[in-house]
Amino acid sequence: MEALLATAIAVLTACGVFLILRARTFPVLLGLTLLSYAVNLFLFASGRLHLDAPPLIRAGASYTDPLPQALVLTAIVIGFGMTGYLAMLALRALAESGDDHVDAGKDS
Amino acid sequence: MRAHLPILPILIPFAAALLQMACTRLAWQRAIGLAATVLLLLACIWLTALSDDGLLRVYALGDWPAPYGIVLVVDRLAAMMTLLCAILGLATLLYASAGFDARGQHFHPLFQLQLVGLCGAFLTGDLFNLFVFFEVMLLASYTLLAHGGGLARTRAGISYVVLNLIGSALFLIALGLLYGTLGTLNLADMASRLAQPGHDAALARLAFALLIAVFALKAGLLPLSFWLPPTYGAAGAPVAALFAIMTKVGIVAILRVQAVALAPAMPDLLAGWLTTLALATVVFAALGALTADRLRALAAWLVLLSAGSLLLVPAAADERVVAAAIYYLLQSTLTGAAFFLVAGLIAVQRGDCGDDFRAGPPTTAWVKLAFLVVAASAAGLPPFAGFVGKLMLLTALRQTEAGTATWIVLLGAGFLVMAALARQGCILLWKPPLERTPQPAAAVTWQRATATLLLVAAAPLLAILAGPLSDYAQRTASQLQTPGAYVAGVLGPPTAATSNGARR
Repeated sequence: MEALLATAIAVLTACGVFLILRARTFPVLLGLTLLSYAVNLFLFASGRLHLDAPPLIRAGASYTDPLPQALVLTAIVIGFGMTGYLAMLALRALAESGDDHVDAGKDS
Repeated sequence: MRAHLPILPILIPFAAALLQMACTRLAWQRAIGLAATVLLLLACIWLTALSDDGLLRVYALGDWPAPYGIVLVVDRLAAMMTLLCAILGLATLLYASAGFDARGQHFHPLFQLQLVGLCGAFLTGDLFNLFVFFEVMLLASYTLLAHGGGLARTRAGISYVVLNLIGSALFLIALGLLYGTLGTLNLADMASRLAQPGHDAALARLAFALLIAVFALKAGLLPLSFWLPPTYGAAGAPVAALFAIMTKVGIVAILRVQAVALAPAMPDLLAGWLTTLALATVVFAALGALTADRLRALAAWLVLLSAGSLLLVPAAADERVVAAAIYYLLQSTLTGAAFFLVAGLIAVQRGDCGDDFRAGPPTTAWVKLAFLVVAASAAGLPPFAGFVGKLMLLTALRQTEAGTATWIVLLGAGFLVMAALARQGCILLWKPPLERTPQPAAAVTWQRATATLLLVAAAPLLAILAGPLSDYAQRTASQLQTPGAYVAGVLGPPTAATSNGARR
């Protein structure tokens, strides 16, 4: 379980970093999305992994830490808004300069 | 009312933003915005006056006690920074109300949300909450940066947004690591848990290093500072003036984390590398100032220069150095913002020539005088506040390990900046235009004039009030440098009932 999660985070981060380093806005956007998925999984794991346990404290029963879940929810909402805004900005740059490079129209 | 005062700097602009989104007429939005910012200023003055008694005011949101709930912590530094933010907000909003706000939609609600983010980031005592306020601040700043349109702004915006999104991802990883190792997100609780054994010290150290790297990105430390000059140079004059405080958010966050958590538990985390990088930032910014082709670009390099000078402080943090840094921070923020507004005025008066460094239509005498005052203060020339701030920083840093290097770099950078300002100022203000058709300078609206003069006046005023202000900075620094009181104030004595209000 831990190995699976760690591998997933590692692969997502690696792909994300690779895509962020591309020169065009769309791959960069995808890379940021993948990176934020990796970060969300990582945050989720910071409360340790429990199987079949509710995020509620009850006498005797095992429970999972509810706080990282709340943090992940916040991070997802914020990340979604940011990605949406970046997509708009990239489209505007494309419309204004006819070029989808990250530093669009620098030489023109 | 008094018990709920700490939340007011967040609530007032937030309520104003909601109201402004409800009534979309520009005149109404302006009125609401200005009224809210004046209210914010009053609340911040009250908060600063109250917090000068040295008590730590802890405001538990929803009355959930720390470390389970989120707390706002008001000490002198937090109160002073919200006051600075309110002054800057009022001046820039007044300037923007002269017509800049009509160049696109939703300027006013976004401006208020930016103030929410800034004030919240200074006040919060919880690191995840700090992340949330950072994001509020950044999201508003992304849209404010693009306000007014143009390819230069869009292009600067893309790299700014991408870089800050990566920064946010790193921030979250650091928070996840901290929560995983220490089991808390409250800064004071973290400090008290760091003092106890039983956590993975290496992992906690890594997490704090990541956290400092994220703050350094916001502050513009050298390898992470290439985004700053193009972004600030491309933004509209009032927006760039408000952004002058954004690098300071990163610096205050570093100072706070360093004082509360790092100094007791891992004092060697910042040693060595931070001072070197900060000196490199100062050199980079001074050389960059020579290359600027517009006044706003030059002002952006000066913002970076002041950020670099302030980043010399956390590694050498003792009380005297921090006190000098607080005075320097006050004056450099106000001077930097004034610089952007003066550049905006010059651009307005020169019409098509804008603030490019080439001959153009003349500007009126008082604008030239305002330029002289901010330029002298930014270069660190007497008798203005920039000189006093630099002198205080230099004398305080002399005894530290890198004292000699600091003196050489800061004085050399001051010389370069002076040369750049003198040369470009002559071209901008004195060189006659090529075609001999004397045009009268365009009239300046009273909003722009008042806002600019308000900030320009800070340069002589802060110099005149240097005595009381440096005493205040000294008190602020000594409060910041006693982390024990901070931790006890937030977490409270173990048995005491927790409630809102002041605790010793």
